[in-house]
This record gives sequence, C-alpha cells and structure tokens, in this order.
Amino acid sequence: MNLLETAQQLGLNPEEYQKIKEFLGREPNFTELSAYSVMWSEHCSYKNSIFWLKTLPKDSERMLAKAGEENAGVVDIGNGWGCAFKIESHNHPSALEPYQGAATGVGGINRDIFTMGARPIAQMNTLRFGDIKHPRTQYLMRGVVKGIGDYGNAFGVPTVGGEVFFDSCYQTNPLVNAFSAGIVEKHKIARAIAIGKDNPVFIVGSSTGKDGIHGAAFASKDLTEDSIKDLPAVQVGDPFQEKLLLEATLEIIAQDLIIGIQDMGAAGIICSTSEMSAKGKAGMDIDLDLVPLRQPNMLAWEILLSESQERMLVVGKKGLEKEITEIFKKWDLNCVQIGKVTDSTQLRFYQHGELVAELPADSLVLGGGAPIYEREYREPAYFKTLQKFDIQQISEPQEDAYSTIAQFLLTHENICSKKWVYEQYDSMVGTANLSTNKPADAAVVLVKPLDKALVMSVDCNGRYVYANPEIGAMIAVCEAARNVVCAGGEPVAITNNLNFGNPYNPEVYWQFVGSIKGIKQACEKLKTPVTGGNVSFYNQSSSVNKAGGDVSNAVFPTPTIGMLGIMDNLAWQTTLNFQKTGDKIYLLGKTHNDIASSEYLYSYCQVKESPAPYFDIEEELLLQNTLKKAIQGGKILSAHDVSEGGLFIALAESAMAGRVGFKINTSKQIRKDAYLFGESQSRAIVSIKAEQTAEWELFLQQEGCTYEYLGEVIENNFIVDEQWLMTVQEAQHLYQNALEKHLTQ
Amino acid sequence: MKFGVIVFPGSNCDDDMVYVLNTLMGYQVRKLWHKETDLQGCDFLILPGGFSYGDYLRSGAIARFSPIMQSVVRHAEQGGKVLGICNGFQILTEAGLLEGALLKNNNQKYICKNVFLAATQADRLKPYAIPIAHGDGRYYADNDTLKQLQDNEQILFQYCDAEGNINVDANPNGSLLNIAGICSKNKNVIGMMPHPERASDPYTGNTDGKTLLQKLIEI
Amino acid sequence: MKKFIAEIDIMPIREILDPQGKAVTLGLNNLGLNEVAEARVGKHITLQLEAESEDKAKEKVETACQKLLANLIMEKYSYEILAVE
Repeated sequence: MNLLETAQQLGLNPEEYQKIKEFLGREPNFTELSAYSVMWSEHCSYKNSIFWLKTLPKDSERMLAKAGEENAGVVDIGNGWGCAFKIESHNHPSALEPYQGAATGVGGINRDIFTMGARPIAQMNTLRFGDIKHPRTQYLMRGVVKGIGDYGNAFGVPTVGGEVFFDSCYQTNPLVNAFSAGIVEKHKIARAIAIGKDNPVFIVGSSTGKDGIHGAAFASKDLTEDSIKDLPAVQVGDPFQEKLLLEATLEIIAQDLIIGIQDMGAAGIICSTSEMSAKGKAGMDIDLDLVPLRQPNMLAWEILLSESQERMLVVGKKGLEKEITEIFKKWDLNCVQIGKVTDSTQLRFYQHGELVAELPADSLVLGGGAPIYEREYREPAYFKTLQKFDIQQISEPQEDAYSTIAQFLLTHENICSKKWVYEQYDSMVGTANLSTNKPADAAVVLVKPLDKALVMSVDCNGRYVYANPEIGAMIAVCEAARNVVCAGGEPVAITNNLNFGNPYNPEVYWQFVGSIKGIKQACEKLKTPVTGGNVSFYNQSSSVNKAGGDVSNAVFPTPTIGMLGIMDNLAWQTTLNFQKTGDKIYLLGKTHNDIASSEYLYSYCQVKESPAPYFDIEEELLLQNTLKKAIQGGKILSAHDVSEGGLFIALAESAMAGRVGFKINTSKQIRKDAYLFGESQSRAIVSIKAEQTAEWELFLQQEGCTYEYLGEVIENNFIVDEQWLMTVQEAQHLYQNALEKHLTQ
Repeated sequence: MKFGVIVFPGSNCDDDMVYVLNTLMGYQVRKLWHKETDLQGCDFLILPGGFSYGDYLRSGAIARFSPIMQSVVRHAEQGGKVLGICNGFQILTEAGLLEGALLKNNNQKYICKNVFLAATQADRLKPYAIPIAHGDGRYYADNDTLKQLQDNEQILFQYCDAEGNINVDANPNGSLLNIAGICSKNKNVIGMMPHPERASDPYTGNTDGKTLLQKLIEI
Repeated sequence: MKKFIAEIDIMPIREILDPQGKAVTLGLNNLGLNEVAEARVGKHITLQLEAESEDKAKEKVETACQKLLANLIMEKYSYEILAVE
C-alpha cells in the first residue's frame, strides 16, 4: 500500500494529503500521517462546520474567553468572578456502550471546565432516545442514566437540570449531550497555551492505553490479529481519578505554578501539544518513552493518538517543577515531565532516542493549517410538504374527550415527570442548588462567594427544527432564555451542541445551515453570544455512507442550546408553582389558532407532518422583557413558560407543584384544542395576588404586552370552562409515575 | 468546640460541611487530610459524604485504612465525638466503630431526594425533611445487633412519612427498621445516611438540617 | 435431568482500564503492602442449573454469559461446571 492509499484509509482525501506534503516539505511517515488524520477529522478541525460557526455572534461586554479561544467560554459574572460553561456530545460512544459512553462524556465536559481553572458547580444533560417501548431504547436509557449518575455523583458536582425526549428518529442514534458550568476568579483563569523556551511539559493523571485509536489502527500496516485484539473497544471512565485530577489541577493553577494546561480528550497528546503550541507560536520537544503507559510496547502513533481518559497536558513554569510534582503526588496521581517548550514552532516527538515525528504545530490545528470546507446544501422535498398542513384537516375533539387528552398528555413520555431519571443524579451536592425546594423553569445555583445565582437551562425541540430549521433553532434559543427569565435570571450567553446527520448530504447540511442562521438571529436579538460548544455530525443510521444518502434516516436536526443566566439579586428567584387559592392566573403573550408540531398533534392525533409552531421574535422579546420587569418589581407570585403540551400542561405543572387546582376559561376566538394544547410560542403563565389585579393589568398595558386573564387558583380540582377534568392528586399520580410505567410495560 | 472535617481522596461533601459549620453556624473548622495522623486539637470529627477511593470494592472499605483512621479510632475510644455522614457512615461501619453495614439500595439504584426523618431519641415532635443521596444506604445488621441497638437506644433516626409514621412506604432504600442513623453504645460515635448539611442554608428553603446538626453537636 | 453448578468468573478485559482494580492497588500499597503490583477486580457468579448432560449445561452457561452476565465489549468470562449428586 502506498502512502496516499494509507492516507485515504485514514480518512484524508488526496488534496489533504498534498497539503500535508507541502507543510512538511516531504512525504510524511505513518505517525505523522495519523496525526494529521485525527487533527483534521471533523471532531478536531470542525472542517465541515467552521465556515458557518464563524457567522455566530461571539462578542459581548461580558466575554472573558470567547468561542474557540480556550477549552470553554468564560463569562464575566461580576465582582471579579467568571463562569466557564460548555456543552459537549458523546452520542456515538453512548450508542456502542451506553454506560461508559455517557460516563466518559460527563468526564470530558467537566475537564473542559476545570482546565480553565474553574471549579464546576453544576451539570445538566440532554438525552434523546428512540421509541420508549423498544427494548433497545430502554437498555440505552438505563445505561446512559446510570453512567451519567455514577460518574457525576462520584465526581461531586450536582446535576441540576436537563431534558429527555423520545422519538423514533433517535432509534439508532441516541443523543447524549452533557453540560457543565464552573466558577473562577478572573485572575485565576487558566489558558491552553505553551510559551517560554525550556518551560517543562508534563503529562498528568491516568496512564495512557490504546483507547480510541481504531480509525488509525485499521490503516496501520503493522496491524496484526494480535494488535486488533488488544484494542479496547470502549473507554472506561474513572470518576475517582477525575475528582483527584480536579483538586490537583485547581491547586497548581491557584498557586500560579503553570503557564498553560489543556485537557486531553479527542486525539490526546497530539491534539493538546499542537493546540497549545500553535496558540503560543511555540514548539515542543517530547520524549514519548517518558509517558506512563497502561499497555506495554505502544507504538509512537498509538501514544500520540490515544484518547485515554482523565489526563491533562501541563506547561509548567521552569524552576517550579518540584512544586508541581509534589501537588500531584499528594493526590496520588501521575505527573511526569515528558518534554519542554521550544522556540521552533515545530513539534518534535522522540521514541527510543529517535525522532519519530516532526510537524509544524500550526499546520495541524483549526485556525491554522486544518482544512475548511463549504458544503453544498439543498432544501429537502419534505419541507414543502409540511407547509401544506392546515388545522382544518384535524377535526375538533368532542367536549367529553378533553379529560382523555389531558390524561394522555400528562402521561406522555415527552411531557411526564422525569423523576425516574433525575432521582438517580445527585442534584444537591455543593449545597448550592436553590431549585430543590423551589421548582422553577430553569435550574438556579447559588454562587456562594457572591450571593448571586447562575440560572441555567438546556433546550431544543428537534421536531420544531426538523419542521423548520431556522425557526426551530430560534425557538430553542428563545425557550432556553424564557426558562431562565421565568426563574428570575438575566440570560447572558449560550453554548450549543449541534447534533445532525451526515454533512455530506446536502439536505442534512441545509438543516445545519438553517439552524445556524436561526441561532444567529435569536442570539443577536437576545444579546446572548455563543461561547462555544460542539458539533456532532453523522447521527444517521449506518446504512448511509459518506456520499450522503437520504435525509429521512438522519436524526431530527437537534441544535441543543445551553443558556446561562445570572441572577444578581436572589430576591428575584421565581418559582413555577401556584401558591394559594384565590390567586389570579394570567397568560402573557398571544395564543394562536395553532397546533402545528405540538405533542398533541404528533402523538395524540398521530399527524406527523406539520410546520413549526407559530413564532415571532419581536413578541418573544416583549414577553421576556415584561417578565423580567414584573419579576424584578416583585409583581408576580409564579411564572411558568408554555411549552410542550401547551397551556393545559403548563397550568397542570404549576398546580401540581403547588398542590392546588385551577379554574380557567378558554377563549371563544380560538379552537379549544389549540388553546389548551397548541404550542404557539412566546407565552408564559403567571399568578398574582387577587388584590393586585388592577395594578397588574395597568402594568401590562403600559408594557404593551398581550395578556389574557385565565382564571384563578382553587383547591384540588382542574376545571376548564366549567368542566371538571381531574383532581390535582390524580394528575400527580399520572404525571409522576408515567415514565416508570412506560419502562416496565 | 473545634471541628475537624476529614478529607479522603474522593470525599466530595467536605467543603459543604465546612461551609455549614463555619460560614453558617460560626464554628471553628479544620480540614484534616487522610494521610495525616495529627487531629490538630479537633474535638468533634466529621467524616463527610462522597466516594472515598471511588467507593470501589465496597463503600468505605479502602478509606478505613487511611492513616488518619487510627487517630479517629483512638479519639472515639477516648470518648471523643465522631460523626459520619453518608460515605462517612459507611467508613465508620467498615472501621468497626459502628455496628452493621450499608448495602446496595433495594431498588439497585442511586437515590437522591428529600426524605423525612423521625428522630427517635433527640426530638420526637416533628419529622425533619433531609435529603438522601446514596447508592449503598440499606442498613443491615443481624437480629441480635438490631435488638441491642434498640435496647441501648442507639437508633437515632428512622425514615418516616411527612406525618412521622415509620412504615414501609417511607423507607427509601430497604433499611432494616427504617434505620437512617445510629450511634455507638457510648453515644459519641454517630453515623447517618441523610445529609443534614444539604438542608442548612436558608437560601435553599430548608434549614431542618441545621437544626438537626445543632442537636447532634449538643448530645 | 442432571443437576450442575457453574462457577463463573467475569473479569474486565486486560486492555481496558480497570478503575476499581487501580483503586484497590492504591489502597493495598497505602496499607504497606507494596509488594502488590496490580489488582484486578471482577465478579464471581454461581449458577445452579439442570441439564441433560454436561455439554448441554455448558451451552446454557455460555448463553447466560454471552447474553447477560458478561458485557463482552468490556469483560471476558471463564467458568467451571461441576456435576451435583
């Protein structure tokens, strides 16, 4: 096999191979070729997405580290502190081995946070699975939830929020996106940079094994039966090591012993050495014989590419080697100097006294030599079909069917309580979760040094995005922001996890481009820049090759949004529960005669083809601004956004959380099913004290916010248009136990 | 009184304990590293929650051999106060300072939620709402030991419902006799699975844990 | 039908990380047992079963190991089958 064929087997195309030869000024050897293959892979180089990602807004006065600059974005939260936060996917590993796949996903995202010098204080996750009745779905879900729990719980950071959504489009490709947020004093923010000739380079944490090197292994001509056998098929996470690594890392950063630090995730040593060197316009000389190994006789390229977990690359300050080593020793962790920084801009790797690879650091990395592609995109045929939907095609339910529909939705897997999932996560370690006893639309986590809180939400309804990528993605951003606002926070920035099918398929790429455009518009309007995140392509069934295939076997385009908000005054914390009988219930925002893409239409009526729900960004802004003013002015008792399941579900959730009932009337102008179950956007329900009605309505009129008086909080019963639907106890019973029932039936 | 919070590798409620005892309750607190043997003059030792040594092998099994545990045992034998919470309770049973063992929850899952506790000794009036967060919290002991615990009034807390009834439905993990916490014969060593420190900060909307901690400190 | 007992050992595959074994090694070393270079931790499972012959029993144990008891992505198994009087 000649080198070009090897390159192609490694996933590099002939043009890329040519480019490598130009960078090196010679033919690469196998080690060098495999280094380029992983660094120029989608995962590290973002080569098929970066062109569009660059169009996203990334500036605001609050940004301390912007998208793409460091391992995670950092936002100024005031008083000398910053918040580092990010979301990342572990979809494909979780499909293979759900427990370890999800666990190592949690490990990876947390390393991204503490490598910035920030102590993680909250985690969230968003999960997508196929049909809940399918045994494989249940196997995946049990494994993923246990994996996230076991890793996160032992690591000692609370899981404070998340979402779980089921649709058969995720049958083959589940999505597992993990979010983490940490806090750091501004002057202690660490950087992923290598500078200063002769500064020592350390590898710290776990030993290196042959983890995650399959792609390269199969292109290696050294591959024998035996070497296939000793390739681990999955990576195993060790939260205990990670916890020790966290403490040791924060100690060396706090004591100002280091120049830079980077987590080793994808592409291991080659990735961290090249990215840190490229950023510092420096080089490194590394002796691979010094790397602590878990498996004997590893080849140079195996060591360079290994993705073994719980490791970091540290560039220390010369002269402080002993202090650095002592700290890792205290925590029983490896800490070995494997090389030093040079002023050459070249990476030189030695093994057994020989130079085994020499590469210009900059040529490997995104923003340097890594290729950037603009992919072709095309509107898929389905898009026009969906627009043909007309609400008139759906006959209105009989009056006596409403209680059945209400029960159906309360127990639907996409709407019911996710207690079965979240009770397996430690949500309270850190004693900073302010939502445990005060439920709200977003997670509220105390920042202890500041008497402020972070307010966070992760959201995306992939069905909306499938129906209309641009609008669906805008809704994802806006819903996340709306949740933060309802809980009393001020949205400040987002991280996104873009989960799509095969980018070589023009129809999938159309979904991607549309989503980016939607995120851009929404983030610009809300003034919430994108601080970073992750792109996961190829979430498409395996029958599809790189040439593309059919958009219909890709997952719903799912650009998950992780919204960070700040609550400067803890008195603004607002819960979603109704409080006492007699309180008045209002709907803010306008209800439309719209059931498009609702759970009601999709699951109850079984109509799968409809456009995205009604959405107008200006109405959204007005709603959020009104809510913020109302909350900060102490005008409301509770706030809850209207989302999946529509107004009825929002009312039921507020009532169940308060163990009370409600009595409301619907509007005669709008179909009753659309009024109760439609998911037209930019709406929230709030409750206020009865005696403040006049003052409250005046305020809403002054703000120009559309509103409706719905009714009032009563004891026990859910009553709509004088029709009794159920008691709050019945609703609780259905809502709380549904998920477990789905899983055991 | 001076408190010592012992930090094992993998402890993760150590900072929470320091925060509650020091910042919220105003006590003097020291963190004691597990590789040390000097208790630095602490009168009241706390073994916090977490996953010492990753909870590998058995929860608490490896931690109990940490150098500091010799000093903890000596402190306890001399009548000094020791409180183990969650993983700390598991370590104390592994070390033989408390009787019984903590087995895997009967639903085989980690559980994190608020539960109610009836204090069978200190305060019978009203149940405390306190969070639990554990995978191995099912208290087990043989019949003789259970009887002895009852006879000597060593059972400090039992899981109960909101009204204070101790029954099967209120038992989150299958613990025998709904046991959530016990003490040694001399009452100076206490172990409990629930986390009072997680219900102490007024911002969280529940301070039952602080009340309970105060009572334990005063025993 | 004859009665058999299967003594099954399930161990993590050598090539993958065994965090539990690693922590146990550390614990033993901290105890002063520095002679212990490596511990690996697996599971031992005992099955009582009935089968027409030892070969049939073997088949059943194989199925049990492959389908449920071991996660073949990460674990390997071995067993011994004993006839019971």
